[in-house]
Amino acid sequence: MKKLLEIKNLSAGYDGNVVIEDVNLQVYSGDFIGVIGPNGGGKTTLIKTILGLIKPMSGEMTLNISKTNIGYLPQVNQIDKRFPISVIDVVRSGKANSALFSSFHRNRKEKEKAESLLAEMGISAIRNKAIGELSGGQMQRVFLCRALMNDPQLLVLDEPSTYVDNNFEGELYLKLKELNEQMAIILISHDVGTISFFVKTIACVNRHLHHHPSNIISEEQLASYDCPLQIITHGNIPHTVLKLHDEHEHHEHNH
Amino acid sequence: MNIITELFSYDFFLNAFLASLLAAISCGIVGTYIVSRRIVFISGGITHASFGGIGMGYYLGINPLLGAGIFSILSGMGIQLFSSKGKVREDSSIAIWWSLGMAIGIIFVYLTPGYAPNLMSYLFGSILTVSTGEIWLMLALSLVIVLFFTLFYRTILYISFDEDFAKTSDLPVNLFNYLLMILISLTIVLNIRVVGIILILSLLTIPQATANVLTREFGRMMFYSVGFAFLASFIGLLISYFADIPSGATIIFTQVILFGLVKLIKMISLTAK
Repeated sequence: MKKLLEIKNLSAGYDGNVVIEDVNLQVYSGDFIGVIGPNGGGKTTLIKTILGLIKPMSGEMTLNISKTNIGYLPQVNQIDKRFPISVIDVVRSGKANSALFSSFHRNRKEKEKAESLLAEMGISAIRNKAIGELSGGQMQRVFLCRALMNDPQLLVLDEPSTYVDNNFEGELYLKLKELNEQMAIILISHDVGTISFFVKTIACVNRHLHHHPSNIISEEQLASYDCPLQIITHGNIPHTVLKLHDEHEHHEHNH
Repeated sequence: MNIITELFSYDFFLNAFLASLLAAISCGIVGTYIVSRRIVFISGGITHASFGGIGMGYYLGINPLLGAGIFSILSGMGIQLFSSKGKVREDSSIAIWWSLGMAIGIIFVYLTPGYAPNLMSYLFGSILTVSTGEIWLMLALSLVIVLFFTLFYRTILYISFDEDFAKTSDLPVNLFNYLLMILISLTIVLNIRVVGIILILSLLTIPQATANVLTREFGRMMFYSVGFAFLASFIGLLISYFADIPSGATIIFTQVILFGLVKLIKMISLTAK
């Protein structure tokens, strides 16, 4: 197993405010880490640091793969849905590092790659639609295609199951499980119950990070780690029920 | 038709025609970028700040457009700097530069001894008095813009759509943000003579809104915007000439009418389906 990423004693945040503190994490090829934690606990800050979008305040991060070998699926609400761009162009932007001075040959290969990814996700028919015309599930599929354009060794997904129907949610997790055979995955979710069934390990982020060696966490463990969580249960999807999170504590953890 | 061919035999009219064509090219393309990226307000700030340079130009006896160019580029950078480093809210930062530029302009125009010639033409535009020298400058700018947006089409598109994602792809995001800011500033300054400071925002937004009715694809939106901007500018120019009313305002009015028509036709065709 190859070590892709190592984070040591890392602190990061915005405008001088520390959001995550003294974080240690190692990511190996083949990993499937589910990142859970309360809103404002620092889940997104963590992955933005990994992606190089935020500079660490202290500590260090060693990336053993190139930055462009990380596939990224941002939160859907970070995207301007009225932007005039077609689905195929969104997917192609996943290989943006070759966009500067692109040859015709490279252009064609890039387009073919995008087409084949769209076909794989079963959304070839919407290739020329504008991004704003899509449903939530279609949009997440498009962004997943974009994240896969560069054949990443590490796939980072920030809440890919928001605004999607339960059907697609199950489909998405199965797809991720399949992708995990070729790449490591870090998956942020508020939906602890569902993801704990699919991921291999769980990282609980609430200012500090606790990486649990398995995908099962007991209530006692959670309590001792001070990681309040909400319970979400789905009828047909297998789930683990975690500790009920209390309103007062939640409020405190909003930064 | 005779009367129109006759019009083209006048130098001033030919210049006005060329100015409307070149304005359509630069504003159509740059405006699509501005509208797509939702930086219309920043562009408004830059436009008005450039008035400071015009006032300064009068006072120092240099070409007011040169002063306007310097002021607009500085204010564009200033807005970015204030909001990114100075922790001022972006819209407040825009308003500060917007009004500061206007204030400096007013003070210097007041201090300039005697009469400030053509002041109104900078504020409200005067396409019929555009000089041949200015046409050459506009031509050069249009060529630079067409070349830049053709060469870096995908880079610009990707950065505009999702800046964070573009950063993770190692695209030179900051460099492009600054280059595009400079192009916006230059576009604004060189088109001031066509419709004026007060009205220029319309050339950067109305044709794009019209184009957006018909397409939701960045590249096509640029083409359509150039087309609509040119069509409305030329019709507006003719109307203003024959009706003897101010050209800048007439051009804007035509833009809005054209937008309304296209929107109406689209709505009718949608209900007919």
